[in-house]
Amino acid sequence: MSGASTPPPKPPSADDDAFKRELVALIPHLRAFARTLTGDPTAADDLAQDAMMKAWDARASYQMGTNMKAWTFMILRNQFYSEKRRSWRQSQLDQEAAERTLVAVDDPESPVALDELRLALATLPEEQREALILVGAGGFAYEEAAEICQCAVGTVKSRVSRARKALQATLERGGYARDGRAAGDAMRSILADADRLSSVRG
Amino acid sequence: MTENSNPSRKAAPPGGPALEEARLRQQAIGVKLRHMFDEVVNEPVPDEFLDILRRADERSSGGSGA
Repeated sequence: MSGASTPPPKPPSADDDAFKRELVALIPHLRAFARTLTGDPTAADDLAQDAMMKAWDARASYQMGTNMKAWTFMILRNQFYSEKRRSWRQSQLDQEAAERTLVAVDDPESPVALDELRLALATLPEEQREALILVGAGGFAYEEAAEICQCAVGTVKSRVSRARKALQATLERGGYARDGRAAGDAMRSILADADRLSSVRG
Repeated sequence: MTENSNPSRKAAPPGGPALEEARLRQQAIGVKLRHMFDEVVNEPVPDEFLDILRRADERSSGGSGA
């Protein structure tokens, strides 16, 4: 613990290599997060690549040993929202497209449970959806999710809680009901599917 | 874990079974959410990602100061 005031300039290549290794390992997670934000695989990969490059360019400001996953997720999220703000018209179009999709899903062959979950997720307010994804799927602690979303921990907790309630209600109501399908089918298939998934995993 | 709920006890506290059912449903939704996310995580990463990163790395290290 010497009170070094200014850290000596480190050889950049060794640090860069370590940084790069860690960043590469995070790419699959960045892609998954981007996919949940955009809902579109191509747009998601564009976003994940932009975020990856932003992280690379900002590597000097990253402190090795701190939470790089949360740091890169924050970069990706900021990138997503700044692009969205720039193209608010586009996001309105997206909204219309999403609404069309909600009523247009009628492929009888598609795996019901996953479809219904995706659609139900799409009906959540954005900030609730991202909070739920980070905590419920991404494996982040509330504190980390708060860091990523740049908001208070309590805010994340309440968003996650509201998202969970809303999601369950939507799935039970079958709010966007495909015609002919009884309400509650979505929840039933999710229960069955989750059961199958957890027994597969042992 | 609260696994000690007794199914033979008819006079359950108000909301008891309903709460248990809600908990099960939330659990199921959680499993599906993670599955949905992990499906993408487990996809092979497109080469494009590594190509872009390699080019950037070459620029910064091979560029010899700029």
